[in-house]
Amino acid sequence: MAKSNKPIVWSLFAAGGTLAAFLAPVLVLLFLLAALGHAPRLLSYEQLHAFTAHWFGKLFLLVVIALFLWHAAHRLRVTLHDFGLRRDTAVAVVVYVIAAAGTLIAVLYLLRI
Amino acid sequence: MSRRPYVREVSKTRWYFRHPRYLRYMSREITCIFVGAFALLLLCALGRLAEGQAAYESFLAALQRPWSIFSLLVVLIFTVHNATSWFNVTPKAMPVQIGEEFLPGKFIVAAHYAVWFVVSLAVLYFAGAA
Repeated sequence: MAKSNKPIVWSLFAAGGTLAAFLAPVLVLLFLLAALGHAPRLLSYEQLHAFTAHWFGKLFLLVVIALFLWHAAHRLRVTLHDFGLRRDTAVAVVVYVIAAAGTLIAVLYLLRI
Repeated sequence: MSRRPYVREVSKTRWYFRHPRYLRYMSREITCIFVGAFALLLLCALGRLAEGQAAYESFLAALQRPWSIFSLLVVLIFTVHNATSWFNVTPKAMPVQIGEEFLPGKFIVAAHYAVWFVVSLAVLYFAGAA
């Protein structure tokens, strides 16, 4: 059987899509409230720093950022094909490298907190 | 091949304007741009948080620009669209069989909406926004 990396990226896409469906709207709402000058307590420096300093906060933020990025990367790859861009290999490399880099940067940031 | 093959002219870049159903499909697909953009915003917030209090608070202040408010509103709309379209196909993605029968799809969809509502309220409560 031909080897394929499709199941891996597809499972990341599906997991990310499900997580994004449940969590993205409310997380965006928290930032929108902050943008409107009603920042929720969690987004204050002290509270967010304390949340992120805890291992659970680190794990939560890493899972959210990584899965959102991989979901977006895989779907964007397919969508760019639908928009008429037919260089799939190049597109795949670019979007997956961005997702991998974003995941790595999230790890580095989290380790500094 | 026949001598006069029937070639249907379909634009590779504008085909989705041919039918509302295709536009709805594309509207679901492009939600990924906004989910990805929000992940990058979270990454940015994390970076400023790691830099310290002054950097993080200037990030919060920058969020209040009109352009940023508008962008977050657009991101909110598309992430909600991702959520509703994702939940609406769950009966097809994971049908639940009970004996010989299949659980009607509306129950699976309704269960997802209920969990979505509870999770959203819980996050708002935990964040001190509600």
